[in-house]
Amino acid sequence: MKGWPNFSFERFWGIVVKEFIQMRRDRLTFAMMVGVPLLQLLLFGFAINVNPKHLPTEVLLGDNGPQGRTLLYALKNTSYFDFVRLLKTEAEGQDALARGEAQFVISIPENFSRDLLRGDRPSILIEADATDPVATGYALGSLNTLVNTALQSDLKGPLAYLNGTSGPFDLRVHALYNPEVNTQYNIVPGLLGVILTMTMIMITGLAITRERERGTMENLLSMPTRPLEVLVGKITPYILVGYVQLGLILIMAHFLFQVPVHGSVLLLLTSALVFIAANLAMGIMFSTLAKNQLQAMQMAFFVFLPSILLSGYLFPFRGMPVWAQAIGEVLPLTHFLRIARGILLKGNGLQDVVPELWPIALFAAVTLTIGVKRYRQTLD
Amino acid sequence: MADDFAIDVKGMTKSFGERKVVNHIDLQVRAGEIYGFLGPNGSGKTTFIRMLCGLLRSDEGSGTCLGYDVIKQSDSIKREVGYMTQRFSFYEDLSIAENLDFVARMYGMKNRKEAVQKSLEHLGLAERQKQLAGELSGGWKQRMALAACLIHKPKLLLLDEPTAGVDPKARREFWEQIHQLAAEGLTFLITTHYMDEAEQCHRLAYISYGNLLAHGTVDEVIKLAGLTTWSVRGPDLLPLVAQLRNKPGVQQAIAFGNMLHVSGDDPAALEQAIAPFRREPYQWQQIPSGLEDVFIHLMENSKDNYSS
Repeated sequence: MKGWPNFSFERFWGIVVKEFIQMRRDRLTFAMMVGVPLLQLLLFGFAINVNPKHLPTEVLLGDNGPQGRTLLYALKNTSYFDFVRLLKTEAEGQDALARGEAQFVISIPENFSRDLLRGDRPSILIEADATDPVATGYALGSLNTLVNTALQSDLKGPLAYLNGTSGPFDLRVHALYNPEVNTQYNIVPGLLGVILTMTMIMITGLAITRERERGTMENLLSMPTRPLEVLVGKITPYILVGYVQLGLILIMAHFLFQVPVHGSVLLLLTSALVFIAANLAMGIMFSTLAKNQLQAMQMAFFVFLPSILLSGYLFPFRGMPVWAQAIGEVLPLTHFLRIARGILLKGNGLQDVVPELWPIALFAAVTLTIGVKRYRQTLD
Repeated sequence: MADDFAIDVKGMTKSFGERKVVNHIDLQVRAGEIYGFLGPNGSGKTTFIRMLCGLLRSDEGSGTCLGYDVIKQSDSIKREVGYMTQRFSFYEDLSIAENLDFVARMYGMKNRKEAVQKSLEHLGLAERQKQLAGELSGGWKQRMALAACLIHKPKLLLLDEPTAGVDPKARREFWEQIHQLAAEGLTFLITTHYMDEAEQCHRLAYISYGNLLAHGTVDEVIKLAGLTTWSVRGPDLLPLVAQLRNKPGVQQAIAFGNMLHVSGDDPAALEQAIAPFRREPYQWQQIPSGLEDVFIHLMENSKDNYSS
């Protein structure tokens, strides 16, 4: 220890021992230290998949000929496309894409077989919900080879000439909502939700624990305050903060990243109220469950991780296994991402937003109820 | 009857796990009285006070506080009681005026601004009203806390060690204030470790390890203890303490400044025990027992039911 004349091993070791004792006393922190890496491992290892398959595809079948059906089988065999519904009208398909029920709509035109055999190279239209380019990228990529190979076994003998160099038919892909396949269009509206989640949970997570740690809780409880007054009173100022953030990100998104705004901004702001309230209620719930500010932060982290990984923010939601999707469906961020992307990129209206809005509202109600129940009116 | 007593409770009991922190305490405090609540650290004083104002649920017990049921009507009690916590529990990042305004709102005061202004002036805080509570010294913090407790015009004040860490001058001023308020009809229940403060109380109670050991006026408490006390002056008293403590008849020998108090409850046995030491250079004198002698006596005799 020549270099550190003042370094005392005794003192150093004293600090080490003290830290270990404190770590052991705080069970939750200890559990988190083991839990967080485990959670990360599970989520990254099992849940995340950037090459999603079995994407819901709806078909508008205008021709019942054998070549059309062969083609659909070929698409199915790529395992990227799962046919979930046969459409009656074009409008139904548009609707399904707008709501995010279908990832692809495939239209096989009238007289497809006849035109094919005539050598007219009929066109097949594939419309993709390309708001998340990652989700559709691989599936659309698989189509390139398909054009030439799909009908090879059908077109034999005298028809073999149809295989030609350019393929017997034409595949037209429409990448809807995000034709330039711009990743920012997907990420920036998503960021809206992520930033709100992070700050809102964090701020309110500390709200009650701070009162308890600073000793002001005793005073607050000795006055005739009611739990709901305290909790809602603590949430309200931060709703305003949330809106400031929201406005800032929206302006930046539009003017800096040129993210289109196809839908109603007012609808987005209204939906955001429910989302902000849900996050604040969750933060408040953590605040009543945690013993101190550190624990509240750790609980918040336990929500951030799945929120970012399982909501469809960075990785395609449909690429995840069923259990991960189930967890994702519970999280407010998942639904808000769909709302934000839907309104901004797809121009979704109220009827498209409502199905995503009520799960968020339900989440807010449940967490706030737990918060109010757990908020102790005595110091017991 | 409820009009005469601000606090009238029986059998108040509270356990934390196995520990009985407050053990069947009965207490009656008359309206307009300054009632001292004494006892060693951890004796259950704070717990008892918290039960009175509904901050803790009592396991057993019944009675009234300001005429309200002490168990069921804690909301009504909270409205009419001012509770000053042992640890400063206002917002340090709010100014004095902001803190008072907050408290006034919590009690739903009408004429809030006026009430805050009045209380600032009344307690001499007007000039410092914009100062953050966290920047105040102990004495000013305590003054602010008192102002906050008084703002909703309570009938009963529960003060938990209000003068801990406060300098003698501020303490004196604080007590003057208490007497003035009591004269106006307010009732006080005050915990303290200072004997001079205890002596200023109209009546007092002494609790130790959750048990009420004595109560009454200062004179009554002293009389009840039945203690005889001698004081000794002289050089080198320390070795004397050890020798005296071993003698039968001597129950305690405690240093008070530059003299020693030697006490026992049997006057004859005590006199016999000290006889060999009644020589030069020591000067012995029988004195009336003080509160502190009595309290130490009570403390020594009460069993620590945590360690047993």
